[in-house]
Amino acid sequence: MRRLELVGWIAVAVVLSALAIPWFLWGDATVVAGLPVWLWWHIGWMGLASVVFYLFTRRAWGIGIETEPEGDSSGDGTSNGNGGTNRSARSATNGDRP
Amino acid sequence: MSLALQLGIIVGYLLLALAVGLVAYRLTDRTAEDFYLASRTVGTVVLLFTTFATLLSAFTFFAGPNIAYAQGPEWILVMGLMDGIIFAVLWYVIGYKQWLLGRRYEYVTLGEMLGDRFASRRLRGLVAGVSLLWLFPYVMLQQVGAGTALEALTEGAVPYAAGAGLITVFMILYVVVAGFRGIAWTDTLQGAFMLVATWVALLWVLAVVGGPGAATDALASNEATAEFLSLGSAYYTPQWMLSTAITIGFGVAMFPQVNQRFFAAGSRTVLKRSFALWPILCVLLFVPSFMLGAWARGLDVAIPEGENVLPVILAEYTPVWFAALVIAGAMAAMMSSSDSMLLSGSSYFTRDLYRPFVDRNVSDRREDLLARVGVVVFATAAFVASLWNPATLFELGDAAFSGFAQLALPVLVALYWRRTTRAGITAGIVCSQGFYLSSLFFATVPSAYAGWTAGLVGMGLGLLVTVAVSLITTPADDERRTIYFDGLGAD
Repeated sequence: MRRLELVGWIAVAVVLSALAIPWFLWGDATVVAGLPVWLWWHIGWMGLASVVFYLFTRRAWGIGIETEPEGDSSGDGTSNGNGGTNRSARSATNGDRP
Repeated sequence: MSLALQLGIIVGYLLLALAVGLVAYRLTDRTAEDFYLASRTVGTVVLLFTTFATLLSAFTFFAGPNIAYAQGPEWILVMGLMDGIIFAVLWYVIGYKQWLLGRRYEYVTLGEMLGDRFASRRLRGLVAGVSLLWLFPYVMLQQVGAGTALEALTEGAVPYAAGAGLITVFMILYVVVAGFRGIAWTDTLQGAFMLVATWVALLWVLAVVGGPGAATDALASNEATAEFLSLGSAYYTPQWMLSTAITIGFGVAMFPQVNQRFFAAGSRTVLKRSFALWPILCVLLFVPSFMLGAWARGLDVAIPEGENVLPVILAEYTPVWFAALVIAGAMAAMMSSSDSMLLSGSSYFTRDLYRPFVDRNVSDRREDLLARVGVVVFATAAFVASLWNPATLFELGDAAFSGFAQLALPVLVALYWRRTTRAGITAGIVCSQGFYLSSLFFATVPSAYAGWTAGLVGMGLGLLVTVAVSLITTPADDERRTIYFDGLGAD
């Protein structure tokens, strides 16, 4: 479960990076309100990135990095939204590693 | 009259910064950790702006708008991707992990963190040596930028050498007295000031020329710049844009003064907030600064050969005092990059070269003194080198970022893969650095591969070598293979 969540966040990071430059508007010169459309896309995309990053800090901060054993809370409530089942799944995953 | 006004503004600015530094000095403990990291107590606003101001170099205010002027505004996209997204992701992936490790094991530098994990003094020295190799020309670049800007602003009344010298003396004084805390505070002032000033400059110029629509029309109707508005060009190819964004984005995370900030945050919350605000802050700065550069091209503002676009356009459209204020701010931004770099460079030198190789038993108090001496030596040498500066800002800056980028992937592998061995990471760093340096200095090693830059190819090489050599070697007995993984996050 936790591993799936990690893969999901990695995918989000890749998509955020991949579309920060609007490749699909390549060669396009349409101007809206004084700026090229591709620049508006970029501005909007960066705003979106900030929102996504904020959500990440609320929901998943520590994923892929923090490895404390079960029951040892990280202290500032970052893992809210994850029930006890996720926590045990997480330590099981850690236990698999060499 | 304007000369006196301009110099007055610049001197006033320096004095203000010095006052902040003195306040910081009074709060400083005489220990190396406090001098380098303000004892790991930095809050959100200060961490955000100090990292931000550190990125705001001569590059953002002078070289960046110059590129937009010459090649079009696509530069905004490259910078947005590299700083707003890639660096932000690394802020978490490298930064948060480093922060946890730094708190647990009291690391102050990247080399120290790696040297401890791989039980290798040589690796520690290698990372510090490589970093100083790239840091030095970059500090020199900032001095060149400041000297040139002062000369242009005063129309030659302050010659280049005097300007760069003045800045150097000021920086030395400031860093030696104020340490990280003072630097972080002035960075915050400068970062906030420059953000506001850039927007005021943009609105001012746009108000004079009739709004963004008119400025963009001028670009579209001019034959030379008609294709500025269409995304991409012979200069901005997808390969080049991606190579540049990726190498510089990773390079930023390995730049000593940025990397060291990962250790300085006061709490998790500070790191989280800075992370989420990062993309917005980048857009807020890059869009106005680079659009000014691009629009200037359509506005028939003649830019004299070798001069920067931003000061010329400000001189054309805004009052003298405002132009002087912005240039003073930009110079302050350059200084804030440089003083952070001086401090980090000095910490790499004292902690990773002097202490392990010359005198292991140096006391805390003495290391603090040594660090300050290191600042003086480093800054003076960079100033002397800047007097002979042969290459342009962009070439130097770009080389430094790509050079640092070569460190990023071996470090990432070490942080996340337990099987990394000492031989693996050392080989990865040596090979990628060797390759990239060769591409810069030897004609036989090409600088581009089907449009992809040598910097990016070198990063790939570093990754491959680190993984391959780790797979075929066994870890040394004294390596501490689990310290990057076990018990992280438990306070």
